[in-house]
Amino acid sequence: MEVNIWIFLLLNALKVIVVTVLLLMCVAYTVLLERKVVGRIQNRWGPSRVGPFGLLQPLCDGLKLFLKEDLMPLSVERPLYILAPIIALSCALISISMVPFGPDITFHGVQIFQISDVNIGLLILLGVASVGVYGIALAGWSSNNKYSLLGALRSSAQIVSYELSLGLSLVGVILLSQSFRLRDIVDRQSAHGLLSWNIVGGFQFVAFFIYLISAYAEANRAPFDMPEAETELTAGYHTEYSSMKFAMFFMAEYANMITISCVATLLFLGGWSSPFGNLLPDGGPVVQSLLGVFWFAAKVFFFLFLFVWVRGTLPRIRYDQLMGFGWKFLLPLAILNIVATSLWLALRGT
Amino acid sequence: MHLVLFFIFGGLCVAGALNLLLQRHPINSALSLIVVMSSLAVLYLLLGAEFLAAAQVIVYSGAIMVLFTFVIMLLNAGREERTHGSKAAYLVGFPGAAALLALLVYVFLSYREQLGGVVLGEYLVTTSDLSRVLFHELLLPFEVTSVLILVAILGAVALARKEQ
Repeated sequence: MEVNIWIFLLLNALKVIVVTVLLLMCVAYTVLLERKVVGRIQNRWGPSRVGPFGLLQPLCDGLKLFLKEDLMPLSVERPLYILAPIIALSCALISISMVPFGPDITFHGVQIFQISDVNIGLLILLGVASVGVYGIALAGWSSNNKYSLLGALRSSAQIVSYELSLGLSLVGVILLSQSFRLRDIVDRQSAHGLLSWNIVGGFQFVAFFIYLISAYAEANRAPFDMPEAETELTAGYHTEYSSMKFAMFFMAEYANMITISCVATLLFLGGWSSPFGNLLPDGGPVVQSLLGVFWFAAKVFFFLFLFVWVRGTLPRIRYDQLMGFGWKFLLPLAILNIVATSLWLALRGT
Repeated sequence: MHLVLFFIFGGLCVAGALNLLLQRHPINSALSLIVVMSSLAVLYLLLGAEFLAAAQVIVYSGAIMVLFTFVIMLLNAGREERTHGSKAAYLVGFPGAAALLALLVYVFLSYREQLGGVVLGEYLVTTSDLSRVLFHELLLPFEVTSVLILVAILGAVALARKEQ
């Protein structure tokens, strides 16, 4: 099919803008979700005054952060202090471009539900995530504050340690689908609904839990939120930040949560494929693609809810326990999972 | 398109390397090294080595350089003093480096026919191609390398261990 280059470029630009705006909206409402759900867990209401059910709260919070005074402490390393939140946020936003949200539908040569479909999508996600550490590390160092520095040191050690078990937990899935392309990984799981998802049909439930635990540590979320433990480090690496620079760290953390949930959905829960397989009536191509996006969003919402639920339930663990758990338990378990999966594949003869 | 990208990232790589030498603060040098490694990854990608490019970003810019910055932050290394350098560097170092560069350029140019060339953006080495070579034809060197790394790790642990 002949594709007009201008329409192609315009549609791609439009797609990037729509996805970025949607992601930022999701970030704002994930914050609201967290405040509401943690509120209910602690037997209080959470935000409920601004708009119906507090639905306008994120807008007001954003406006407040935007209008706040941007303090610049005297003793900071200026260039790095300004660069750090930019690195953190841009890495968090770039990684969403690899994620496919729905079935493979092209319009004028442009895939509607994915920004870029790359052979090594999964590896690029890992690479961008590993560069994102510098945002936190540089923020802590350039603030010239002992609490910030301690937070940054904890964070970089924690992220480097848990990156190993995170990466190794994905190897089982890659062995099964024999591809780094996220679309291939989902297509392999869409044959028989729930039964062919990697977590059930691929026997990857151990890998799933390793991924989930390491991802919580990677995102600095409770129970692994040592870098910003308020009882010991005031606010950790972003102690000295205020106004929009603080908001950028905040948005980066929630955007990372959303990306982690998307990847968990794609790799272990079959992405946009329906849990009922082909049992539901086929309502034509439009209904099929919209239903795909619906299932994807529902699974991502489940993971986001899980993030909040865990935060509301589990206490923070001690730092040496965190390191011991990562290196002495998760890492060997992830390697065992790889060995078991490859043995199973070799015995099955694929 | 490929050529433009090559010049952008090749230039970025050289600029980062120069900045690495000229900066006086260790953390700025470490950051320039990250720029060098990431732009090398883009050059690998242009040559069609997609797995190598991703591994370069994950391992070098992601993990190893984080450890570098970690150590710099932990030791709280300050600015370096600038000296004029030793006489030996001026007398032997610079001519030596220039001679080595000239020798390499001469060898590469004179054996250009035998070495063969590659056009940017023409090749694509997929991960399965790479792993087939690595785990079939080069299996022994691969395993020997991993044993070597294991020995290095054990040595580091033995050295760092406290006496009981």
